Amino acid sequence: MSGGPLTSATTRRGPVAVSIVGILALLLLPHFLSTYYLGLVVQMMIFALFAMSLDLLIGYTGMASLGHGAYFGVAAYATGLLALKLGWSVWLALPAGLLVAALTATLFGFLALRTRGSYFLMITLALSQVVWGIAFGWRSLTGGDDGLPEVPRPDLGLPWSLTHETPFYYFILFCIGVGTFLLMRIVSSPFGYALRGIRESETRMLSLGYNVWRYKLAVFVLAATFAGLAGSLYVYYNRFVSPDYLQVVRSAEVLLMVILGGAGTLIGPAIGAALIVLLDNVVSAYTERWLLVLGVIYIAVALFAPRGVVGFLREFRAKKAAP
Amino acid sequence: MSALAIRDVSRNFGGVQALSNISFEVAPGERRLIIGPNGAGKTTLFNLLSGTVAVSDGQVMLFGRDITNLPPYERTRMGLARTFQITNLFPRLTVLENVLLALQAADKSAFSMLARMRANRPLFQSAEALLQEWDLTAIAGRAAREISYGEQRQIDLILAMAVRPKVLLLDEPTAGLSAGEVVRVVGMVRSLPKDMTILMIEHDMDVAFALADRITVLHQGRLIAEGGVAEIRNDPHVSAIYLGAD
Repeated sequence: MSGGPLTSATTRRGPVAVSIVGILALLLLPHFLSTYYLGLVVQMMIFALFAMSLDLLIGYTGMASLGHGAYFGVAAYATGLLALKLGWSVWLALPAGLLVAALTATLFGFLALRTRGSYFLMITLALSQVVWGIAFGWRSLTGGDDGLPEVPRPDLGLPWSLTHETPFYYFILFCIGVGTFLLMRIVSSPFGYALRGIRESETRMLSLGYNVWRYKLAVFVLAATFAGLAGSLYVYYNRFVSPDYLQVVRSAEVLLMVILGGAGTLIGPAIGAALIVLLDNVVSAYTERWLLVLGVIYIAVALFAPRGVVGFLREFRAKKAAP
Repeated sequence: MSALAIRDVSRNFGGVQALSNISFEVAPGERRLIIGPNGAGKTTLFNLLSGTVAVSDGQVMLFGRDITNLPPYERTRMGLARTFQITNLFPRLTVLENVLLALQAADKSAFSMLARMRANRPLFQSAEALLQEWDLTAIAGRAAREISYGEQRQIDLILAMAVRPKVLLLDEPTAGLSAGEVVRVVGMVRSLPKDMTILMIEHDMDVAFALADRITVLHQGRLIAEGGVAEIRNDPHVSAIYLGAD
């Protein structure tokens, strides 16, 4: 057997075909969907990227963070503030958002990566609360509780304007596409396999000669940067940012997206994000008790599909293949 | 110069003195056996040598260089590798991926984020060759947690060998294995390059005496005897400890 289990994935035609159909569908969607549903798809894509970024930590490296919303939030604030108050173009404000997320994660990483397991969960939660406190309290800069309204849609300096929904949709699709492509490369790189090794056995990785701490800091900053991309895109979409983005509930929600879809894959969190965004919108049309519904979903997943939708489907297929 | 020199090394956990004032040296290429009853401090000694536990006092030298305060991964890069008493693999990864990770550790691509691991043909070929050498190709595609215990112990050893150490610490490599598997593992250890220095903790005395050049005996955290195989075998003090007549 040459190549073995790692190369076998390239010979599976199914996923490739599904991906091509999916990409084509995303490209053609603006011709079929109304503005409202197109906006829903934009939200799904943004949260898919956000959830995939968190999965780099949870699913691939085995570090459960309950403060991932902080990086989404700081990037959203940075991009929003720069666009709104200084009139920076998207070419500067978007990268600046990512940079702020990366720098925040570097600082927080030095603090949080001293811990593991539930302690890591608690400290990432605490650090994200610090960011929330700053956004809430620094009224002169952030507008406090009122948030930052009227963030302008990006202007790419192209002949068509992104204030129209269809060009804006393609702008988001392009950015999310690039982000997803990079994430796919990262998880199949030597670095990505080292992350899985850390998830499986940190002591073994150390004894093989890996500087585990360096990998953890790198993935922590990377995950935050991708979360930052999601946050910066979201502020352009929503044209508004408030401390609400930095609340624990937001971080818990994205954690649920990862778990619901299936940690340890990229497609899982993307599916989880799409489902949660869809449900949020459907349920909110009928009742204000969205958090209650979210809680019930969480319990159901934990009880009946602990490996998420993707894990559930895989087990189902494996059972059918070998009864 | 010694491959490994341990000088006045002590370690206490709270009030418990796990090791006190241990000193010994191991020559390059030597096969050194570490024996002693349960709780003698053998695994603690290995943890101190590999760096997963810090010494309370004393010094550890690897080929004349002080490694006392180096983290485990730097010791590995300097040529010190270990196996684990309790099998320590990457359970949900395949056997091939386990070996690839071990080989990749010293590869310059290890921190590369955008290259494809699959595209590294030389790495794959080395991994496959290693598995083929030990007749384990058939399980290459199976998750490490799904293979038999005996196979897991062999993979544990192969991971340590894959980093091409100059000094290898083996922590009870044959514990819990069937007679047939013991023969295989002993064969693996025997086949290691003659210039590789090996320290081995082993309870199976047939295995131990067959492989060892010299023996160090620990008892209750102290070094109580050191010498050639015949010498230790006939040492009345050592026999007394093993027969419980101390």
